[in-house]
Amino acid sequence: MIDTTAILFYVFSGILLGSAMMVVTARNTVHSVLFLILAFFNAAGLFVLAQAEFLAMILVIVYVGAVAVLFLFVVMMLDVQLSQLRRSAKGYTLIGSLVGSVLAIELIFLMLNWKISSNAPDLTTTPLSLYQGMSNTEALGNLLYTHYALAFQGAGLILLIAMIGAIALTLRHREGVRKQIVGDQLSRQAKESLRLVDIPSRSGT
Amino acid sequence: MTIGLDHYLIVAAFLFTIGGIGIFLNRRNVIVILMAIELMLLAVNINFVAFSQYLGDLVGQIFTLFILTVAAAESAIGLAILVVYFRNRGDIEVDDITLMKG
Repeated sequence: MIDTTAILFYVFSGILLGSAMMVVTARNTVHSVLFLILAFFNAAGLFVLAQAEFLAMILVIVYVGAVAVLFLFVVMMLDVQLSQLRRSAKGYTLIGSLVGSVLAIELIFLMLNWKISSNAPDLTTTPLSLYQGMSNTEALGNLLYTHYALAFQGAGLILLIAMIGAIALTLRHREGVRKQIVGDQLSRQAKESLRLVDIPSRSGT
Repeated sequence: MTIGLDHYLIVAAFLFTIGGIGIFLNRRNVIVILMAIELMLLAVNINFVAFSQYLGDLVGQIFTLFILTVAAAESAIGLAILVVYFRNRGDIEVDDITLMKG
């Protein structure tokens, strides 16, 4: 009898690994981005199964809502010749699979040969038992705004720097675009723009 | 049959490996390289969350939050650099980026 959690875990992780594989092998970059979104959704499902509900929601909001859409914008904005990009990728397949298999074998060996020290639960700084009866979001907020307030501010600073950097990199002044120049408008005098013509009576201009 | 820590760790290990292979397979396409890096960071996040749940310590989830922040900043800056490079050169061939001879 396999319980629902196990079935959900295998479904989520299977789709996650499959779509991750499609991200790196898809011929079309737009398809890669769409598979990346699918992978993030399934990782959010895994987070829910691990009882990290807040992080699951953050993953959907930040990654699917912001980062993946940013990727999609850039992919569609840059008119990249896909066939050219694939042209000489063959040479890297061998070394890529070599490095990948070495990495996978090492990680699997690591998975098979480790155990958690018996006094590890005593070493936790913020055991979950302190946060009994709280939701995951509430517990994270309690921790984040007290013990980790400085690091939280630092994270905000990193995001600010990233925002300023991205704007400063991509901002450009185009030639031939009509813009409002407020200083010139305000410093304008009446005699520069207005000419009084004295028209004699019955003669016209 | 219950899902333990090992299951999460193995999924994360495979995801990390796929991300690493992706960097090699797509050597010419910077956008897919950035996406492969995102996958590797996601694998690390899965490890953190699994350990956090298994050991009953909330700090793993806090750290995951910070990794998410840094990953978002990194991809924003990376894509901005890519847009500027494309604007100057007209393509994003990685092999041609040797201006600084690093």
